[in-house]
Amino acid sequence: MKAPDFAYARPASLDEALALLAAHGEDAVPLAGGQSLVTALNMRLSAPGLLVDLNAIPGLAGVSEADGVVRIGAMTRHRDVGAAPVVRARLPLLAAALPHIAHPAIRNRGTIGGSVALADPATEWPACCLALGATVVVRGPEAERRIAAEEFFLGLYTTALEPGEIVTAVEIPLPPADAVWGFEELARRHGDYALAGLAATARRSGGGLTAVRLAFFGVGDRPVLARAAAAAIEAGDVQAAQAALADELDPPGDPAMRAATRLHLARVILGRVAGTLLAGASMAGASMAGDGDGA
Amino acid sequence: MAPEAPERERAVAFTLNGESVRCRAPVRTHLGDLLRDAFGLTGVHLGCEHGVCGACTVLVDGRAVRACLMLGVQADGTVVETVEGLTESGSIRDLQDAFHARNALQCGYCTPGMLVTAAELLAEGGVPERAAIRDAIAGNYCRCTGYHAIVDAIATTAEARHAAGRDAAE
Repeated sequence: MKAPDFAYARPASLDEALALLAAHGEDAVPLAGGQSLVTALNMRLSAPGLLVDLNAIPGLAGVSEADGVVRIGAMTRHRDVGAAPVVRARLPLLAAALPHIAHPAIRNRGTIGGSVALADPATEWPACCLALGATVVVRGPEAERRIAAEEFFLGLYTTALEPGEIVTAVEIPLPPADAVWGFEELARRHGDYALAGLAATARRSGGGLTAVRLAFFGVGDRPVLARAAAAAIEAGDVQAAQAALADELDPPGDPAMRAATRLHLARVILGRVAGTLLAGASMAGASMAGDGDGA
Repeated sequence: MAPEAPERERAVAFTLNGESVRCRAPVRTHLGDLLRDAFGLTGVHLGCEHGVCGACTVLVDGRAVRACLMLGVQADGTVVETVEGLTESGSIRDLQDAFHARNALQCGYCTPGMLVTAAELLAEGGVPERAAIRDAIAGNYCRCTGYHAIVDAIATTAEARHAAGRDAAE
């Protein structure tokens, strides 16, 4: 299948890209890694008048750390997100999620900014952003805006991005020293979109957990923070957390999988992730006890 | 510099299998079609044209990418290698011999994509475990072999390169 006719521009600066988007309105679409957009073009599911290629704009890619915040440039390829030393050392949740994103050739080309802007509800980065309390940085014709992940993902392929705005970075606060995390995803085949997935973070407190954040994906029209389930995990009741998902998740049913089955899968992975989080918490308690000086 | 004007056709200049090339391409033409039609590189197999099958995999700046999910004009300024270039340079001779010896192909349609994908994996050095090899080729569909012989061929090549000190990790 071949893409429909469109015009193409490859601006050399962000201002130029924003000017093109402003001039062409909703007929223009930014092109990041293209791993979803070019697919949609080839399948003729999308027919924009103009593609504004962001790949030649300097400064949009790369991972850096300053003042307790990790900034991931929007055009950072999936693979480079997972390979960045600060990600491997301090944001292992992202490194753990990476192998679940499609396949190596897709990860070599696709970008975190494109994934966040597309907001496919069955993908990994948006849920990780929610779990880690990330901020999405966007630039419009006039100004920069910073939007908390919780306010950014609004629905199926729908975000808080206004027409003419471009995602420029994702900023993630460095987790505290007592942070633990867990990640699980179920898919029919390696690299498929998630049937159900969960990115989770928490803080250890003695043998228990506080500040639990459970970001489910693939089980709704957007990544979902399950707050009641998180409160139940904090109270140490995993079964209550699993039960709470009935009210918090509204998974889609389709011919391949009933909604009830998806909810069941969400409960299964919550059980696994809760085990991971609690093991991290108790391990930390054990090591502190073993340290003798109680450091 | 004048602001960038939208175009429906553009000049493209890049390094293709070691040679500098240039052409004009319609912007809607994906890299796979450009390589096949403008340069006759029909080893770039087009299976699904929506990023699923992996048959069109080529190296762009040393990284395996789907040629069907890049626009041809996006190759401008890059270094592109196809299975033809990797074959002519001899850099995957051992891998191709291993595919032959292990019977790692039947109809051969997926083979260029498999070889390019494996070339990237092997270039990372070391001896990947079989599970890692399976992960690496998970995005390349083969409907003939059942994959086992392909994994054998890649594993054999990695082991031989490592033994000969040819892997990048040495």
